[in-house]
Amino acid sequence: MSLWLAVIGAGIGCYLLKLAGLSIPARFVEHPVIERIADFIPVALLAALVAVQVFASGQSLVLDARLAGVAAAFALLLLRAPFLVVVFGAALVAALIRML
Amino acid sequence: MTSTPDRSAVIRDSLGVGIATGLYGTSFGAVAVTSGLTVAQTCVLSLVMFTGASQFALAGVLAAGGTPLAAGFTALLLGSRNTLYGLRVGPLLGWTGARRAAAAHLLIDEPTAMAVTRPTRSLARVGFLTTGVSIFVLWNLFTLLGAVAGEALGDPRTYGLDAAVGAAFLALAWPRLADRTNQVVAALAAAVALGLVPITAAGVPVLAAGGIALLAGVLSRRPDPTEIPEPPR
Repeated sequence: MSLWLAVIGAGIGCYLLKLAGLSIPARFVEHPVIERIADFIPVALLAALVAVQVFASGQSLVLDARLAGVAAAFALLLLRAPFLVVVFGAALVAALIRML
Repeated sequence: MTSTPDRSAVIRDSLGVGIATGLYGTSFGAVAVTSGLTVAQTCVLSLVMFTGASQFALAGVLAAGGTPLAAGFTALLLGSRNTLYGLRVGPLLGWTGARRAAAAHLLIDEPTAMAVTRPTRSLARVGFLTTGVSIFVLWNLFTLLGAVAGEALGDPRTYGLDAAVGAAFLALAWPRLADRTNQVVAALAAAVALGLVPITAAGVPVLAAGGIALLAGVLSRRPDPTEIPEPPR
């Protein structure tokens, strides 16, 4: 139940954030510090999500096939592969390593 | 993109971006159901939340064992960048009332990127709507496909889908990682998150890493126009 609440609540919240951007006159929120923080948020959160997804297993940090998967993703991104190739390429590499 | 594209060129470019982006709804669908969301919840996310990074984040925090509250809050934090996009394209698009309320749902990375570069309001609207509507339709369709397929697969670890989640976040961050300051922020945020994993509840490390964004925003001196990542090809 609380999962449904999070799904719908955060969903509506994300819509309201979009609507606010189109509705509020820019001068009310345009401040260099606020803009910089808002620009850094995606970078910081996505980097943290990568780190946690790759190394965390519950409360401990581990090295397993996921690291090889994300290393493959990194290589594919350097080669300018499309998003889907990157994501499923990482899955394939991790799956192959687990089969060894 | 040329400096004075005509209407059909804008539509063609926008559809290309829309299709490329919509297709990766498959990966969101597959990742979401393997993170503990039902097919219905996964589809509602794509319909209502409709902003990729936030959706992936919600699933990712759940997959790591975080509470629904932490997952929802992380999604909202990531959704805040859409507010900045609105400030940028709002005056250019010039919609009011019900049209603005409807257009707001499409206010994500790619439609914004396909609108801001246009020389006229009419071309900006065409770019925004063509990209936004094509992504919305395909993203939802492919979310459903991915979710159903992901559920049929069974244990995600067998297929490496747990590694796909990290890869998706890396790919989402990638366009922003060319910048030197962003690289430093990313490295610090990752380090803070990993440092907190052993000592805090799941979900907390990622939210706490948001503090690095706060710190960097206050300390950094760079003049900073709103970053809109380059759309996929």
